Amino acid sequence: MATLNSNIPAGPLASKWESYKFNTKLINPANKRKYKIIVVGAGLAGSSASATLAELGYEVHNFVFHDSPRRAHSVAAQGGINAAKNYQNDGDSVHRLFYDTIKGGDFRAREANVHRLAEVSVNIIDQCAAQGVPFAREYGGLLDNRSFGGAQVSRTFYARGQTGQQLLLGAYSALNKMIGAGAVKSYTHSEMLDLVVVEGHAKGIVVRNLQTGAITKHNADAVVLATGGYGNVYNLSTYARGANVTASWRAYKRGACFGNPCYTQIHPTCIPVSGDYQSKLTLMSESLRNDGRVWAPKKKEDCKKAPKDIEEGDRDYYLERMYSAFGNLAPRDIASRAAKTVCDEGRGVGETGLGVYLDFSAAIERLGEGKVRERYGNLFAMYHEITNEDAYKTPMRIYPAVHYTMGGLWVDYNLMSNVPGLFVLGEANFSDHGANRLGASALMQGLSDGYFVLPATISGYLASQNPGKRPATDKAEFKQAEENVEALTNQLLGNKGKRTPASFHKALGTLMWDYCGMARTKAGLERGIKLISELREEYWKNVMVSGEGNEWNQSLENAGRIGDFIELGELMCRDALHREESCGGHFREEYQYTPDDPETKQGIVNPGDVKRRDDAFAYVAGWEYAGSPAKAPILNKEPLVYEEVHMSTRSYK
Amino acid sequence: MKVKLKVWRQKSRNTPGEFRTYESPGLNENMSFLEMLDVVNEDIANRGEDPIAFDHDCREGICGTCSCVINGKPHGPHKGVATCQTYMRSFRDGDTIVVEPWRAAAFPIIKDLVVDRSAFDRIQHAGGFISVRTGAAPDANSIPVSKENSDLAMDAAQCIGCGACVAACKNASAMLFVAAKVSHLGLLPQGQPERYKRVKAMVAQMDTEGFGSCTVTGSCEAVCPKEISLDFIARMNRDYGLALLKGEPKKIAGGVAG
Amino acid sequence: MSIVSGILNSSLGKKYIMAGTGALLFAFVIAHLVGNLQVFGPPELINNYAHFLQSKPLMVWGARIGLLVIVGLHVWSAVQLSVANRAARPVSYHDTEPYGSTWQSRYMLVSGLVIAAFIAYHLAHFTALLPGINGVGDFSKLKTELHGEEARDVYGMMILGFQVWWVALFYMVAQALLFIHLSHGLAAMFQSFGLRDHVWWPRIQIFAKAASIAIFIGYALIPATIYLRVVGTDYAEKVKHSMVESAAPTKPASKETH
Repeated sequence: MATLNSNIPAGPLASKWESYKFNTKLINPANKRKYKIIVVGAGLAGSSASATLAELGYEVHNFVFHDSPRRAHSVAAQGGINAAKNYQNDGDSVHRLFYDTIKGGDFRAREANVHRLAEVSVNIIDQCAAQGVPFAREYGGLLDNRSFGGAQVSRTFYARGQTGQQLLLGAYSALNKMIGAGAVKSYTHSEMLDLVVVEGHAKGIVVRNLQTGAITKHNADAVVLATGGYGNVYNLSTYARGANVTASWRAYKRGACFGNPCYTQIHPTCIPVSGDYQSKLTLMSESLRNDGRVWAPKKKEDCKKAPKDIEEGDRDYYLERMYSAFGNLAPRDIASRAAKTVCDEGRGVGETGLGVYLDFSAAIERLGEGKVRERYGNLFAMYHEITNEDAYKTPMRIYPAVHYTMGGLWVDYNLMSNVPGLFVLGEANFSDHGANRLGASALMQGLSDGYFVLPATISGYLASQNPGKRPATDKAEFKQAEENVEALTNQLLGNKGKRTPASFHKALGTLMWDYCGMARTKAGLERGIKLISELREEYWKNVMVSGEGNEWNQSLENAGRIGDFIELGELMCRDALHREESCGGHFREEYQYTPDDPETKQGIVNPGDVKRRDDAFAYVAGWEYAGSPAKAPILNKEPLVYEEVHMSTRSYK
Repeated sequence: MKVKLKVWRQKSRNTPGEFRTYESPGLNENMSFLEMLDVVNEDIANRGEDPIAFDHDCREGICGTCSCVINGKPHGPHKGVATCQTYMRSFRDGDTIVVEPWRAAAFPIIKDLVVDRSAFDRIQHAGGFISVRTGAAPDANSIPVSKENSDLAMDAAQCIGCGACVAACKNASAMLFVAAKVSHLGLLPQGQPERYKRVKAMVAQMDTEGFGSCTVTGSCEAVCPKEISLDFIARMNRDYGLALLKGEPKKIAGGVAG
Repeated sequence: MSIVSGILNSSLGKKYIMAGTGALLFAFVIAHLVGNLQVFGPPELINNYAHFLQSKPLMVWGARIGLLVIVGLHVWSAVQLSVANRAARPVSYHDTEPYGSTWQSRYMLVSGLVIAAFIAYHLAHFTALLPGINGVGDFSKLKTELHGEEARDVYGMMILGFQVWWVALFYMVAQALLFIHLSHGLAAMFQSFGLRDHVWWPRIQIFAKAASIAIFIGYALIPATIYLRVVGTDYAEKVKHSMVESAAPTKPASKETH
């Protein structure tokens, strides 16, 4: 059994981070350069961490599987980044951002981490502005804000619809500065395929060069994973096609616990699926819900009609009806589930029946087409490019799609996993978003972890390590990990199977969406586990990988990643099965409010809203590998203790 | 619909390449160009052959990874979109589509349609940043930036680093890419201290990488998925000239540190 | 990096040389045109002008050497950049149908080289007066009398020279190429120096078009009108034989009508 000690510092919540920083061990500037740190990934968290650690004086080695650090999928975030700056004087504060995030996460996040995130948020904006991130500005030259994702205050900073891109390019520029200075060594087209653990500590990684196929060993005093989320386990998602769980998964197989894997976010405003060839779902920024009205026909028979032929009275603006206070801006998990409910009732629109309308006619009437074009022109153009429909004339069709995974490798307050020396940042860790992430919070967390948190917490661990005794790469553990990677590669290439990796990925995606998607049941999850384990067995017998190991081989790359996804899928189902409650992005049909519940009668919640069970499930599930994919993993628990906030029913009515 | 693909196949950097022709299976016009390649590749893989290597990642036009020259035009027939946002409805049933990699000496081919764009990274290492240490930044609103300049900087900063400008230019010039970064940072007050040092360093690295020069044909602007303007090249030309006129900073005078 | 090495060793610097020498050549082209348009006046007008220039050898030779250096630098930078540009795109595309660029911009080197060849011919034709290349005879024998001194009959040379159809044609073709060259080059010059923004760019392009058209009309009018016997026909009849028979100065045919 692993020990999941959160290592939350003592003291009042608001001063924990300050006192932590004072009490943590520091490393003498002259000694820092003796420490070598591996950072895997170069999204917001990985780039910012690599740059900042190098600025502090550590020797940093950064690894990405992309051709350039700038390609990481943080680049695709559209909406914005939250920060408790209160530039709008609308009552925002660190405490309010903290509270909104805890509540938004449905009381399944760690209080101390979230408070620290809210505190650091203000520094992020300063840092990014100083780097030259061209945030939107007002005519006076000061920064503009908008309200985003249902927040009651305007605390979101943005750069047109490309905030993630601009923040990533900012972090990438910081990384470039340090690469140029020789302080960071950058390895591109280099995919981490194993973690090396020596005497219980993470001391290195094994990497495959995607251009040449060369497998190399790299040692370090600490290993940092900033390798993103695992939403591609569903095959269809808003993730980049290359996004994968492999680095995290290989660390899991080396003993790192996987926290809350079943917490996935389904984003309500994506373009619906149009066919089985589809490789990617495209997100339409949540900001569209600021002016668009979501509706579906009241009557099933209207579904195939053109939307303009459906009378106003026959339209069901269901979010406005169900959540009068938030209306179309209801949080993501709620809006997604409501769309699913409507479609399950047979009231979905479009060819597949899996879609609802997002209608701008009222906004165009109120603001004029010019204003709407100014606000959302690029999104409307993107929608037109994909669907060949003009959203100025006819409502957009949207449907929820997998967008973010709140779960990830378990970390303590230091962002260190239960394997000492292994740190996990950004979406790859489980920590700050609980069971549901609020809009514009992912960018905040990635940069907070990379720029401010890890650089402060890693010294505590490094101070306990002697860089002079760093294990060399000829040590047995390195050789064993290298052989492990080579064996896996050879197994995939030597398999004389009949099915392509992509066909397995599609099959896995369908199983995950059906049994571990927006609504989950005990029976469904049990069936999912059975079918996925069968798929896993078939995979290793029947997968067909073309080409050779010593060349650029995308088939081989995918095969390794999909093999890991299949195992992860099973774990997600197990986590979802064990968590007999509904919370945030995890919805178990057995646990929802019914019309008879007192909370429903009091009008706090709607029937069908998630029913949390704080008495039994107020903990983080940290799953531990049992030595074989076929063996049931071991469940470890980190109880969630709320010192400051009271766990209440999450109501958005 | 069905199409015929004439694709550049090249096993590795140093082996010669050639065009090979593939018949696509049945396609849907709502497929993206890359989804079409996925479908063709599944077909190729199921025949036991080596699938066509192509670069792609986000498939929503922002990561800059995809890089096909389609019928002679980088990123295909439409303006302001990347290959991943090109849909099969832009082609006709029975069309022959020629697909090639970016062609430039500075972008060597890794395999088939995949090229090595690390030259772009090295140009950025040379000066594509504002030197600010984490934690050293003043309050964000202490540096006002006129909306006009901020918007202009954003126009330049949108560059996704795909390299289509290089692929399109008859001289394989990287001027639009470099100018976008130089202009983005040079337009902002934060970028002023390093403005002239930056432009010299980035241009020097650009020349070292073996890109051609700008002959102002404008084809880069025409294929840029973010429609970045030739205006920025003029801006860089001006900054570079000013940087040369300013000369090198004065050598630090001798003396004893206190 | 000194300013000189910065200019000579960078791609942008070579573009400055190209643009700077281009600007000077443009100024020369205008001055030269103004001088030549005097052919539409009485013969002594242009002969006087030529005689004035001939009488200032220091100025003439200074200008000639200066122009030679300028042309040399213009061609040198063009060749240097072209070689680098070719090297930057060693493999061309399957489909080479261009897009987004004007044809003038794509043929700068070709138009420039033809113009250079023309300049060589033009110098041999009217400056060195090589007899074998003008299709008429020995121009050095054409003399006139100005202010009691013997002088070159430039007017006669022009009239006789352009009555030869292929000479007139070659001059007009060269002027057409100069038009092509200038219509792109004049605007690109501003771009290369960065002396423009989005407001001025359209104006600069209009200026480039207008100026290059005006120059074409001005220059092409001379061989065209002479060849079509609109200008100087009687004068030609008078001086034609003098080239063959004797080197005696021809009395200027005063008050000739044109």
